[in-house]
Amino acid sequence: MSHAVIIDKAVKTYGDFTAVNGISLTINQGEFFTLLGPSGCGKTTLLRMIAGFNTVDGGEIRFDDQVINNLPAHKRDIGMVFQNYAIFPHLNVADNVAYGLKARHVAKNEIPPRVEEALKMVQIDQLKKRQPNELSGGQQQRVALARAFVIEPGVLLMDEPLSNLDAKLRVQMRTTIKKLQRRLGITTIYVTHDQEEALAISDRIAVMNQGNIMQIGTPEEIYRKPANPFVANFIGVSNFIDCQVRCREGKGALSLPGDYTLEIPMQKAYEGEAILSARPEQLFFDEQGIPGKITLSIFLGDFIQYEVELVNGQVIELNEYTKDVDLIRPDGEQVYISMQPDKVSLYEKESKEVLSC
Amino acid sequence: MLKGRKGQPFYRDFWFWVKILIFVVFLLFLVYPFYTLVVNSFFSTKAEGVTLYNFQRFCQKKYYYQALGNSLKISLIPTLLSILIGVPMAYLMTRFNIAGKIFWHVLIILSLMCPPFLGAYSWIILFGNAGIVTKFLTGLFGFQMPSIYGQGGICAVFTLKLFPYVYLYVSGAMGSIDRSVEECAENLGSGKLRRLLTVTVPVVTPSIAAGALMVFMTALADYGTPGILAGGDFRTLPTLIYNEYLSETGGNANLASAISMIIVVIALLILFLQKAWVARKNYTMSALRPPQITEYHGVKRFWVTLPVALVSLIAFIPQMVVVFCSFVKTNYSNFVFEEGFTLEHYAELGRGLTSQISNTFVYSTIAILFILILGILMSYVIVRRRGKTGGALDMLMMAPYVIPGSVLGLCYIVAFNNLGTGADGTVIKLTGTAAIIIISMIIRKMPYTVRSGSAYLMQMDPSVEEASINLGVSPMKTFLKVTARLMLPGVLSGAIISWVTCINELSTSIMLYTGKTMTITVAAYTNIVRNSVGTGAALASILTVTSGVLLVIVFRASKGKVSFV
Repeated sequence: MSHAVIIDKAVKTYGDFTAVNGISLTINQGEFFTLLGPSGCGKTTLLRMIAGFNTVDGGEIRFDDQVINNLPAHKRDIGMVFQNYAIFPHLNVADNVAYGLKARHVAKNEIPPRVEEALKMVQIDQLKKRQPNELSGGQQQRVALARAFVIEPGVLLMDEPLSNLDAKLRVQMRTTIKKLQRRLGITTIYVTHDQEEALAISDRIAVMNQGNIMQIGTPEEIYRKPANPFVANFIGVSNFIDCQVRCREGKGALSLPGDYTLEIPMQKAYEGEAILSARPEQLFFDEQGIPGKITLSIFLGDFIQYEVELVNGQVIELNEYTKDVDLIRPDGEQVYISMQPDKVSLYEKESKEVLSC
Repeated sequence: MLKGRKGQPFYRDFWFWVKILIFVVFLLFLVYPFYTLVVNSFFSTKAEGVTLYNFQRFCQKKYYYQALGNSLKISLIPTLLSILIGVPMAYLMTRFNIAGKIFWHVLIILSLMCPPFLGAYSWIILFGNAGIVTKFLTGLFGFQMPSIYGQGGICAVFTLKLFPYVYLYVSGAMGSIDRSVEECAENLGSGKLRRLLTVTVPVVTPSIAAGALMVFMTALADYGTPGILAGGDFRTLPTLIYNEYLSETGGNANLASAISMIIVVIALLILFLQKAWVARKNYTMSALRPPQITEYHGVKRFWVTLPVALVSLIAFIPQMVVVFCSFVKTNYSNFVFEEGFTLEHYAELGRGLTSQISNTFVYSTIAILFILILGILMSYVIVRRRGKTGGALDMLMMAPYVIPGSVLGLCYIVAFNNLGTGADGTVIKLTGTAAIIIISMIIRKMPYTVRSGSAYLMQMDPSVEEASINLGVSPMKTFLKVTARLMLPGVLSGAIISWVTCINELSTSIMLYTGKTMTITVAAYTNIVRNSVGTGAALASILTVTSGVLLVIVFRASKGKVSFV
């Protein structure tokens, strides 16, 4: 039976350095949950704390009601897929997959059918007699996957499992993993630094930075409503423009460069300096807006990426979809940049707290 | 990620005790004996209390301080000559399609692994006062060979015996320079020679230094070669230690201890100098594209092969001569080639020297079993569970380089000669037993196994172990089922090298042996010194052939990937 995983103010320190800084989050039973962040953000450290390879220096980690802080790694009943697969090089494919079953003293006659079934699920049942050195990276990854879920673990952990595969295989494997997880319903915690992968595969994502959680939410929430400039910039691309805000009647009036003003819905009253965050596809050329001139255009097939220098000297990025326009604008053209008020985000300059709805 | 391996309470139990075990072994059989030696060197029967008498005597008497000068000379000269031979050899072997490359490589390794005194002995057979070549030349031309005895001969023997260290280190490094580095130099307009001198050689200097260090240390510590080739009154520090120990009664060996201290201090000094110098020029490189091998044909190929073949063959001559001579009849102390071949010397071994032969194999086999178990555990601790004690372990592993065999032998004599009095009034002592010889083998030869094992483990992905633990197998069982099993090739090839060096060990056992615990090397050495040359040659042949067979096995099994240095 799959567990819920509750992390309560978990701390991990190395000397003066705090790798995981009092993180709390709850991962529901059967959920596909991703820890996403740049390298060094503490995501792998946290995963290894759950696995039992790192000590928990503060707080608690629970599987349902059971505190596992001091439970030895080999007694945690967790399946884990490692970044470099960690296939036992001296065992063939079938023996690799059977390894965990044997450790659990599963009856001898039950092992072969379970191994067979697991290998079928990852579509490599025809390779079961192969030695690991005869397998490609993708095939090794499938063995690692089968070996992790065949033991029917309470929790499945994956540490950047796709980062050693080439781009095409990566996309193919993430679909395999997602389908498999749905079918088995095992609570899965997935670590990656690849935001696209995280968006594609997860039920929910925790974006991490410097040992802290920056935002938890569904892929859509995180992309559409980033809770702070860090998330806005880490997930996808965002342009940040400094502005002044005056609030009236639940709406914020923004004074933007070039004396352009814009009204956007606000969730709380605020007056002062703020940061406007807008994605390249949320910006468009208009009759009026922030004045600027085009400095570079890159044709990328389904869209054209423009670099625009605003009147205040700041350079921003803007995408225009080729299905909407026929011409590529020439460098040097004077333009006005506008945006949809309900799509962009606004943050307090100092605290970085979100102001927009 | 690596930092994450600190403080893992779940594994502390097992590995904690392993560390304790390792430290206890080294404390008992390395640190403690060395400590007693140090203490011993500050006492004397000729002075009261703590004294510098021994050191003063060493500095005042020419008999002693001359040996220091000699030792430095016969270590430094071969070191320089080894660089001059080893570096070009490495260059030729790694950059040209030498004919029979692997064959020459194996010959060089074989010549490195036999005990140095064998080389000395076979050069005496050839070039000694009554040597084959000497007699031949004298008889034919009335030509007087320069004497092989003394400083010149010792340097020549050491150079031929030890240049393989430089060759092995440097060829390893030259083989892993990424091709692009040299291509870049070429691209920037450097000619072939200029490129060699300004890029290739500087990049491998750390390896040259490492090889040179090994040559220096081995030459400095060797007892057998100067023992055989001393001729007259040429003394080095190791022979002095042995003589002083024999002449001092009561097992105090104060002066011998002081001389030991001096030799260890020199070794330490050289080691630190080398480390400090290399630390400033350490380039790590991983060859994505190994250097290009120039393909020569016909005459050109012959000319690059010739020097390699000549050097390898000359280095290998001692073994061939010794084996050959073991079948030649003798007349007192000379080989008589006119009368054909005989198995007499081997029959002689069967009559009087079976216990020496079985001692060698029994002791080295027991030692190797301990070395295997301790070595596999120690490699693991050094690589995966360094903690705060990792540095200390590394230092213990350096001990055999710094403490010459004869010094360790003396340490054991001083420390274990009297362990108290038993109930029946007899003195309990470890000296004179087989155990002490086996222990000295373990302590001195284990580093080969540990270095090979830890290098192998370093390449292994730690997540393989974690995968096993994660799948529900306890850390200790994981170590036995997965890690140890996977480390085995690395540890085994190291262990065979440990074994070969155990079999060929002379410097320590010559200090520690008794009539009952004599080994082949000691017997061969004493037979040669006593001019019983036929028996000596037969014993030495057994060593050579056994070592050769073992080394070829390890070379084949590891597909040439094992490191011999």
